[in-house]
Amino acid sequence: MVRTPALYINVLVVAVCGLVYELLAGTLASYVLGDSVTQFSLVIGLYLSAMGVGAWLSGYIDTHPARAFIEVEIAVGLLGGLSAPLLFLSFTKQFWFHPILYAVVFGIGVLVGLELPLLMRILRDHLNFKDLVSRALAIDYIGALVASLLFPLLLVPQLGLIRTSLLFGILNAGIALWGTWALEPLLSRGLTGMRGRAGFVILLLVVGLIKSEYLTSLAEDGLYADPIVFAESSPYQRIVITSSTAGFQLFLNGNLQFSSADEYRYHEALVHPVLSAAVGPRRVLVLGGGDGLALREILRYKSVEHVTLVDLDPAMTGLTKKFPPLANLNGNSFSDPRVTVVNQDAMIWLEASGEPFDAAIVDFPDPNNYALGKLYTTRLYRLLARRLTPNAPVSVQCTSPLFARQSYWCIIRTLEAAGFQVRPYQIAVPSFGVWGFALASRRPVELPSVLPDNLRFLDSATLKAMFVFSVDTGPVPVEINRLDNQSLVHYYESEWKHWN
Amino acid sequence: MPKGWTRREMLGVVLGAPLLAGCQGQPPAAKCEGEIVGPNYVLGHRVRDGAAVVPPADHWRRASVVIVGGGVAGLSAAWRLERAGFHDYVLLELEKAPGGTSRSGQSARVAFPWGAHYLPAPLKENGPLIELLDEMNVLEGRDADGQPVVAEQFLCRDPQERIFYRGRWYEGLYLHAGASAADLAELQAFNAEIAKWVAWRDGKGRRAFALPVSAGSDDVEVTELDQLSMAQWLDRKAFTSPRLRWLVDYACRDDYGLRAEQTSAWAGLFYFASRVAKPGGEARPLMTWPEGNGRLVRHLYEAVKDRVQLGTAVVELIPRREQDADRVDVVTLSADGAAWGWHAEQVIFAAPQFVAPHVIRPFRSERPKHVAAFEYGSWLVANLTRTSDVPDRGCPVAWDNVLYDSLGLGYVSATFQRGFDYGPAQWTYFFPFCDEHPKAARQKLLTLDWAACAELVLGDLQRAHPAIRTEVDRLDVMRWGHAMIRPRPGFIWGPERRAAQQPYRGIHFANTDLSGIALFEEAFYHGQRAAGEVLAAQGWKTILTPSSFAPHR
Ligand SMILES: Cc1cc2nc3c(=O)[nH]c(=O)nc-3n(C[C@H](O)[C@H](O)[C@H](O)COP(=O)(O)OP(=O)(O)OC[C@H]3O[C@@H](n4cnc5c(N)ncnc54)[C@H](O)[C@@H]3O)c2cc1C
Repeated sequence: MVRTPALYINVLVVAVCGLVYELLAGTLASYVLGDSVTQFSLVIGLYLSAMGVGAWLSGYIDTHPARAFIEVEIAVGLLGGLSAPLLFLSFTKQFWFHPILYAVVFGIGVLVGLELPLLMRILRDHLNFKDLVSRALAIDYIGALVASLLFPLLLVPQLGLIRTSLLFGILNAGIALWGTWALEPLLSRGLTGMRGRAGFVILLLVVGLIKSEYLTSLAEDGLYADPIVFAESSPYQRIVITSSTAGFQLFLNGNLQFSSADEYRYHEALVHPVLSAAVGPRRVLVLGGGDGLALREILRYKSVEHVTLVDLDPAMTGLTKKFPPLANLNGNSFSDPRVTVVNQDAMIWLEASGEPFDAAIVDFPDPNNYALGKLYTTRLYRLLARRLTPNAPVSVQCTSPLFARQSYWCIIRTLEAAGFQVRPYQIAVPSFGVWGFALASRRPVELPSVLPDNLRFLDSATLKAMFVFSVDTGPVPVEINRLDNQSLVHYYESEWKHWN
Repeated sequence: MPKGWTRREMLGVVLGAPLLAGCQGQPPAAKCEGEIVGPNYVLGHRVRDGAAVVPPADHWRRASVVIVGGGVAGLSAAWRLERAGFHDYVLLELEKAPGGTSRSGQSARVAFPWGAHYLPAPLKENGPLIELLDEMNVLEGRDADGQPVVAEQFLCRDPQERIFYRGRWYEGLYLHAGASAADLAELQAFNAEIAKWVAWRDGKGRRAFALPVSAGSDDVEVTELDQLSMAQWLDRKAFTSPRLRWLVDYACRDDYGLRAEQTSAWAGLFYFASRVAKPGGEARPLMTWPEGNGRLVRHLYEAVKDRVQLGTAVVELIPRREQDADRVDVVTLSADGAAWGWHAEQVIFAAPQFVAPHVIRPFRSERPKHVAAFEYGSWLVANLTRTSDVPDRGCPVAWDNVLYDSLGLGYVSATFQRGFDYGPAQWTYFFPFCDEHPKAARQKLLTLDWAACAELVLGDLQRAHPAIRTEVDRLDVMRWGHAMIRPRPGFIWGPERRAAQQPYRGIHFANTDLSGIALFEEAFYHGQRAAGEVLAAQGWKTILTPSSFAPHR
């Protein structure tokens, strides 16, 4: 005998799961692609029409509705359960994200659309038509309410998207497994096969759940506080831009590079002390700085005739084309005829020779791996010195003297070991905290007395104050960073571990 | 390949069955190209067969000194002659490129080694070598103790080495991960033993182990170590930690192509103790270049190349007496089949000892007894370009990359040392044949065709890089039949090595094998020594005598 009340629970679970998958896809789409209104309407529209297709297709299933129902449940469990992990992973491959998103939404929609008509046909023999329709549809709509409350209040905050998806997949497959007993009288044969398949899907998803930590790290879920509006993987790094009410933020490999709200503080401090100290610089070198923001500040100087910017990654120096708000922010600095871009490893580029520069700005990402650590070695600074006029000043971004105090002083001492005289300085950048730089030259450096007009952050009083260090950011004994010891990477790793 | 053998069976014989378990049923690399690049076995075999070559009368020339062999020993001898202002010599090298086992190759992106790939920074006592490095602008000055300081770009980049163990890479060569307290205690005790030998001095103030070997002590306390194998020495000292024994065994395989059981304990300890200045101190830093010691070869060759003939095999040396003086006639054969002769006053024989009985006429009929004691190991070296950038688990790529569970030695990365952190990587892979019988090993190596060699390399690397077969687009192979001299117990301090160093009727010997170990420092030393002997015989006031290599205090 088939127990009717139990089958109503079935209807409820099926309804909840169905809506959860739809919400997951909508959230993911707007999270990854931005513009939530468009993404949600697209996903909902596609999903509902796919459900229509499913309902229509159910008419072609003539015999064994119970069998079909269980197979459909297994399939929903598999596809729905894996939907969020799949979408997150394809997110790293920009090109694939759209097709996979729409295929997944459509697929789940069709399957979910099959569920209710099939269930109603199973229940048909136990109820009259009037009761059947009223109860089944009522429970279905209640399920939708449950899902829409659970999703934002409990599931996303507590579990995150990936775990939610896996959990509901397990629920679907669980229903299928349970159904092989509950509907046994209606299932003539092939029970073991169905149980095996359902069991396999459950196992797969449970493994996914156990490994969800790893999946999440792969998928950047929860890495960014704000919605992602742009993402690209180059051979060198992962570039992600998020957007918040305060503006947009650029991340490389998950590390914040700037926020449009306060980057002016950082870039004014990076550029103006050195260029004003240079007195009428004509040729300026920038190492790193592929966002073009330092360029914007450099191009304010009328004396500058030529800027060479060396950044490894063409995806970075070409970002303005793909993400126009950045072009607005950097004042279209890459279109200035005075600017030449070289996409090469800075260390390798420095080995060559060429006309010397009157000033240099060194703006590499923080030294969190060996490939970056090498760009802070005595070797690099010595090569740099060879490419400068004897009096040329240099400014270097040096990570935070507060969060990574040894790292900061390691960079300062390394510059000194390479023959530079160094004046360390620091400022506050709200998105970063206390941030440190170095003003260096092979001759003693005078602090400039004149700065360009119309700066938003720097004036001469602020300039002087930057060179004062608090007790908790002052010098500490450190090793020199060399190619053959990479001391800096080791300092940096241990120090940031402490804060994260 | 012997008829009826499948490639897999062949490899099974070479590698031992377990190693192959990983690559059962795998297709060889699909898109991978490559070839066997040498050495030149055609000319080499003409030499070995003692070909009767008679140059026509108008093909004879004259030079005061002829140097046979343009490896490190021959090139350094020439370099010394050149620096002494002596230019009446010629250097004849069988191969089309100079360098011998220190030669290098070049890919589109970077130069890479075919053999020797590093040199530890010398201690201050090794004056002639410091002179060379100063000339190359490799040194920046001297530290407070007077030890030479190497400019950082010529030092091995950090991380220097990493080791692959159970699915993950770890930094360093000693496997620290999972080491027990007992393991670490043994490591410490072993280091204390080494420190003891570093501090040790004989009555004449000489170190137990010095570079070159000849500057070290011949006191019995040291030389009796040569009677033991390294494994026996470890047993006697009750070192049982598997990790420590692995480290020592790896060192023996890496430096000598022998297992710890086969290596003289003197040589094993030499590896650890000769490169440390002060007891308990760090070993001297390693100098290296993307092309390994090929950079040193290039410098030496540039200095002497006007007087070098490449692609010219010396097939016979005929000593004779002329007005009470020794003279040597040198018969050569070039790749194009032309035969030439040189009338020389002295010859520096900078080829390995095993060549001597094929070439020196009186040795052909009466082979000197000492030659048989010189045993050479066989090595396979492969250079491959890996196109993938997929990050590894654990420690990222280092210069030297070692697999714990392998008979191979792993690979060094030329691109890493060059400073290329992205894009295709150039790896040099090393596999020594540690068989008991060198001749059997050599035959085995030479039966491997390119595909079998590629299978050996990729099958081994696959353990650490599962997708390697699809990631390699070029793989070239060098089969070194006589790669390096084997310091088996008893050889270093036995009589044969000393006998082989004695000049013979105007022929002065110079090759690393005369030291019983194959190292740049030793080849260089013998080149200097032989050049000094020849200059003295020429009546030049030699600036350099063997005692220029001051005893290491
Ligand atoms: C795989 C491998 C890795 C090594 N790694 C290192 C390392 O990292 N560091 C290190 O210091 N050492 C290393 N070595 C040791 C290396 O052998 C020595 O450093 C050094 O190169 C030996 O030089 P050599 O001149 O004594 O001998 P060889 O290099 O053997 O030179 C002998 C030369 O004589 C030529 N020749 C032979 N017969 C004739 C003939 N009849 N006529 C004309 N020419 C002839 C040969 O072609 C050859 O060029 C390595 C060796 C190998 C094989």
